[in-house]
Amino acid sequence: MTNTAREFRQGVIDILPVIAAASVIGLLWGTLAAGKGLSPLETGLMSFGVFAGAAQFVAIELWQDPAPWFFLTVTVFIVNIRHVLMGASLSRHMGNIPSGWRAPLLYMMADENWAFSERRALTQPLTMAYYLGLGLPMIVTWTTTSVIGALAGAWLQDPAAYGFDFAFSALFIGILAGFWKGPKTGAVLAASAVVAAVAKLTIPGAWYIVLGGLAGVLVAVLLHAEKEEEEAEAMS
Amino acid sequence: MTLHLTTLAAIIGMALATYATRVAGLFLMRHVNVKGRTKAAFDALPPAILMAVIAPTILATGIAETIAAGVTAASAFLRLPMIVTVLIGMASVVLLRMII
Repeated sequence: MTNTAREFRQGVIDILPVIAAASVIGLLWGTLAAGKGLSPLETGLMSFGVFAGAAQFVAIELWQDPAPWFFLTVTVFIVNIRHVLMGASLSRHMGNIPSGWRAPLLYMMADENWAFSERRALTQPLTMAYYLGLGLPMIVTWTTTSVIGALAGAWLQDPAAYGFDFAFSALFIGILAGFWKGPKTGAVLAASAVVAAVAKLTIPGAWYIVLGGLAGVLVAVLLHAEKEEEEAEAMS
Repeated sequence: MTLHLTTLAAIIGMALATYATRVAGLFLMRHVNVKGRTKAAFDALPPAILMAVIAPTILATGIAETIAAGVTAASAFLRLPMIVTVLIGMASVVLLRMII
């Protein structure tokens, strides 16, 4: 097997648990979309074009007929604003990807494949093949299961009964463990978790993700400044 | 197979807004030199964002979810395969919801 094929295959293997969970979430989203009057074609177009689970759930929640397209566009932008930070971070690891491909490839950057890409970059260079191995199966799965959901109607009555509503949280916890570097990571995670949870309860919309993320980053910067001061003192 | 004009407008608007957020970071980073404090900030970003996404579910939903998150974290730190960690998380949340 060539190196490219091996990288692609590893990406597909890494993303399999996500695919399993995303299929169910995609079916669920498709049934909700059909319930709001979207046709299977419209459902598939949105899942392929937007390709952002959280934003799509929020949009369907707010959906009316006729579609308030400007309001939906702005809302989706806010829900997805975390992507700006994620893309900024990921772009540091795209050195091995031809520069003309970087912007088009970012279309498929979602929470899960981004997290696996970042995790990969901790130990080895991120390749386009690995990135595509993560992303392409997600796009195909998300789009097809959305359409199937829209066609099938409301057969998936209660995903919570099987714990599927917890699948993404469990997955993220699993990914997070790979970022653990000691007590400092603990402080970053604690700040992020507390601020995000409080923001979710007090501020309407999806700002909690950005606020929690920034709180974690702030703690990391403060801890870093402390370390620099200690080093400066040791030098003098 | 129907496709309404306003629905299509909404889909295109949402798709463009989402792509704008995805690609913006790439262009921002062309003017940033990542070292020292900036590097510390960016290194903390992935775990901080991931935690922020799930924090409401694991901290502010119920006792069952919070305990299940702890069980999942323990499995993750035992270096179990990802799919096993996810299944343990799902199973524990179902069981805990029955008990609590």
